[in-house]
Amino acid sequence: MNEREWRGFERGKWSDEINVRDFIQRNYTPYEGDGAFLAPATEATAKLWEQVLELSREERARGGVYDADTEVISRVNSHKAGYFDKNLEKIVGLQTDAPFKRGLLPFGGIRMAEESLNMYGYALSPRVKDICTYRKTHNDGVYDAYTPEMRRARTAHILTGLPDTYGRGRIVGDYRRVALYGVDYLIRKKEEDKLLRDGDMTPDKIRDREELSEQIKALKALKEMAAEYGYDISAPAANAKEAVQWLYFGYLAAVKDQNGAAMSIGRNSTFLDIYIQRDLDEGVITELEAQELMDHFVMKLRVVKFMRTKEYNALFSGDPTWVTESIGGMGVDGRTLVTKNSFRILHTLVNLGPAPEPNLTVLWSKDLPENFKKFCAETSVKTSAIQYESDDLMRPEMGDDYCIACCVSCMRVGKDMQFFGARANLAKCLLYAINGGKDELVKDKKTGLPLQVSPEFEPITGDGALDFDEVLKKYDEMMTWLAGLYVNVLNVIHYMHDKYSYEALEMALHDTQVRRFFATGIAGLSCAADSLSAIKYAKVYPVRNEFGIVTDFRIEGDFPKYGNNDDRVDELAVWLVKTFMNKIASHKTYRESVATTSILTITSNVVYGKNTGNTPDGRRAGEPLAPGANPMHGRDSNGALASLESVAKLPYEYSRDGISNTFSITPHSLGKELEAQKENLVTMLDGYMAGGGHHLNVNVFNRDTLLDAQAHPEKYPQLTIRVSGYAVNFIKLTKQQQDDVISRTIHESM
Amino acid sequence: MGRIHSLESFGTVDGPGIRFVVFAQGCPMRCKYCHNPDTWGEGGREISAEELAKEVLRYRGYFGQKGGVTVSGGEPMLQPEFFAELFAILKSEGIHTCLDTSGICFRESDERYAKLIALTDLVLLDIKHIDEEAHVALTGCSGEAPRAFARYLSGIRKPVWIRHVLVPGITDDDGALRRLRKFIDTLDTVERVEVLPYHTMGEAKYEKLGIGYPLKGTPTPTKERVENARRILTE
Repeated sequence: MNEREWRGFERGKWSDEINVRDFIQRNYTPYEGDGAFLAPATEATAKLWEQVLELSREERARGGVYDADTEVISRVNSHKAGYFDKNLEKIVGLQTDAPFKRGLLPFGGIRMAEESLNMYGYALSPRVKDICTYRKTHNDGVYDAYTPEMRRARTAHILTGLPDTYGRGRIVGDYRRVALYGVDYLIRKKEEDKLLRDGDMTPDKIRDREELSEQIKALKALKEMAAEYGYDISAPAANAKEAVQWLYFGYLAAVKDQNGAAMSIGRNSTFLDIYIQRDLDEGVITELEAQELMDHFVMKLRVVKFMRTKEYNALFSGDPTWVTESIGGMGVDGRTLVTKNSFRILHTLVNLGPAPEPNLTVLWSKDLPENFKKFCAETSVKTSAIQYESDDLMRPEMGDDYCIACCVSCMRVGKDMQFFGARANLAKCLLYAINGGKDELVKDKKTGLPLQVSPEFEPITGDGALDFDEVLKKYDEMMTWLAGLYVNVLNVIHYMHDKYSYEALEMALHDTQVRRFFATGIAGLSCAADSLSAIKYAKVYPVRNEFGIVTDFRIEGDFPKYGNNDDRVDELAVWLVKTFMNKIASHKTYRESVATTSILTITSNVVYGKNTGNTPDGRRAGEPLAPGANPMHGRDSNGALASLESVAKLPYEYSRDGISNTFSITPHSLGKELEAQKENLVTMLDGYMAGGGHHLNVNVFNRDTLLDAQAHPEKYPQLTIRVSGYAVNFIKLTKQQQDDVISRTIHESM
Repeated sequence: MGRIHSLESFGTVDGPGIRFVVFAQGCPMRCKYCHNPDTWGEGGREISAEELAKEVLRYRGYFGQKGGVTVSGGEPMLQPEFFAELFAILKSEGIHTCLDTSGICFRESDERYAKLIALTDLVLLDIKHIDEEAHVALTGCSGEAPRAFARYLSGIRKPVWIRHVLVPGITDDDGALRRLRKFIDTLDTVERVEVLPYHTMGEAKYEKLGIGYPLKGTPTPTKERVENARRILTE
């Protein structure tokens, strides 16, 4: 079958069943050379990108939103075709019928959809509002089921960023399947799966059948969407241009269907290389045209936009969409998965200039070809737009066809999905342990007294120095409570999300029998570890307010701080991760999902900090927590490697959803000239990951550049920096977030 | 036991690759442009060679093919036995050792230096000024020992990187640079010559220590002057 489309491909398991990995393994061409073959941007690319930049300028001038749909609910096939310039675009397809016009996706929560429109001066169509009074949304469902305790935990922000008012995201369809098999085959396979689910109609089976029906409908809508652009994608792609286009249509359908927090795209560049290489071998395209395809594809990924509220933006700053693309890595057979197209996709950062999206993620292995390592390092030095994750750490369990969703969450493409769970604030949990579960900032609205968030626990009494063992025991108990509540909150959220905002299109591009992860998260790790260290190694006296609540601490003496490769405190951080994960794992999770946790805050460390009182480590109320697994700003004073080593100690096996570390260094500190900078960055990444490090965002810049960009944003339209697990356009951050980034440790040697 | 000022786990400008840098405490020189005046006198902390080696070895995973340890200062050759002991341990672990020094302490008759140099893979030799009078004016010491040290290293075939801090009006005179070049040309094992542009980042430390900053108002060298010096010294 598919003789024309699959010409020249070695057949195998993949030709008789859906098995993209097998297709890649049999047909890809590893590349060990350097980037000398790369081609520049074409004239069409330059023109289109200028148009994007112009629209971006106008978008900023209009306060952050260029245009928004208020009338048409965004679905896979809801809109007419939209273009930047039909004659120039090699790869087509927009979320709505016009560039930069944001779609309307109310089924995550109508309130959020309406508020976000209002904030930017738009009014929701009464018709849509009316529809949503009859059609319940995810958000309505969650609030119907929340317990009072869950609401309190939310109000007090010990749990924050929960996907209960917005789409959960982090589900990555295997968009490659659209290109390799064509949609008709995918529909047929899903119909077969549905037929198999017969017999006794248990609730599970009924749900499966309903979901499969939704998936099949979504696939049919996908074909219609492509037809609107003049493409018939019922059959497989027959050349490189079609492969990129088919794949992108699959992804476009997902972002029209779902306003998920992170809408990652998977691991596509090496897959696409097979098609590009075939076309190059057949002499039907040139390298310039191959690069143009990738440039135009990436350009589309850069303009994915959602309508979100300003509060949401404060939490996840800079309008991120996490179109994460995983690049490189090694195969289980020892061959590298780096291809020429791994270079091409990174080269888009040169041809189009730096940008935060797509979130380019290099799967790093000590065995990657040296040339590729150096090329990545050079691109990092020049653009600060790449993140690195340890393929050697993930491959043993995940194989060689996994991808990163969002920032650091790995999943096998098309075989795993996850229930995104935001994060619990462990720094605040420590304050709850001290105060018996009463919040240090939030008052009970009725009584005006400090809000009792957890059931009443015995607080720490007296004004003597805090006793480490006593605090630890209470902390442990409080974490037990928090973990239990947290799991239950997420169970409610994901039950309702499946029910009212099911990701039919994305799940249609998964195996029907998927593995599900239950992805919890930790915020405030370094603050909590330093606080415990202060209590253990210095003397920390509680200071109480008029209600007897400990709201401040007086610290006598010094104490070891996380981020200096000092085992005394690093062990406390390790203890926290293990303890919390064990508690999470002891609970029953929705749909038999596998519990995991991540140490990742994205940029919510700022908002979490805002809602956390004074902590025993000396951090003042309202000040940001450190992002992800980073040490607290300015406390990692023993140099860059000591800081990295502290983070590398955190046990990945207890934090399977990822451990995020953001590293910033001045160019001069990395080495005297580009060649040395490249070599040193490569050696540093090898060292960090050999020592157990999982993830590293690499920023190479001077603080002065950031200060200048803050003062003169117009000079820096494309200044990109890595934050926690993703990249942002610096000038899109709020002033406070910019200040936070500027104040972070930038490793600098004299 | 040795006296050290501080440690830097990620040094990339003092020797090849990624270096763990040990800053020794104490220096007999008083270079006007010194950016580490806090390493001059007493103070710092005491540490044994074993303990320090243990600390260095925690970072060996980052040294790759080229990196290793660099001892700098202060003046590490003030404590030749201590650093020889440190290097002996590190050499036995296969770590590349680098000594960043002015050579001011060197006496060929003193075997302690020969022993330290034998355990050193690369010497970063900072030649402050080639002219004797100017050397004394700039550092408070004669430049004879550093020059003798350079000749010694050449004689025993020890790899050397020559470094020269470029200060406008003090060390950037073309004649002096050409004389320095001539001296360098008499040495056989110079692998690299580095021009280090003077910077003012040390000034704050002087204030903190309550010492007057001798180069107050001296500008940093222009790119052209740095390039000029590099040309004279290397091309």
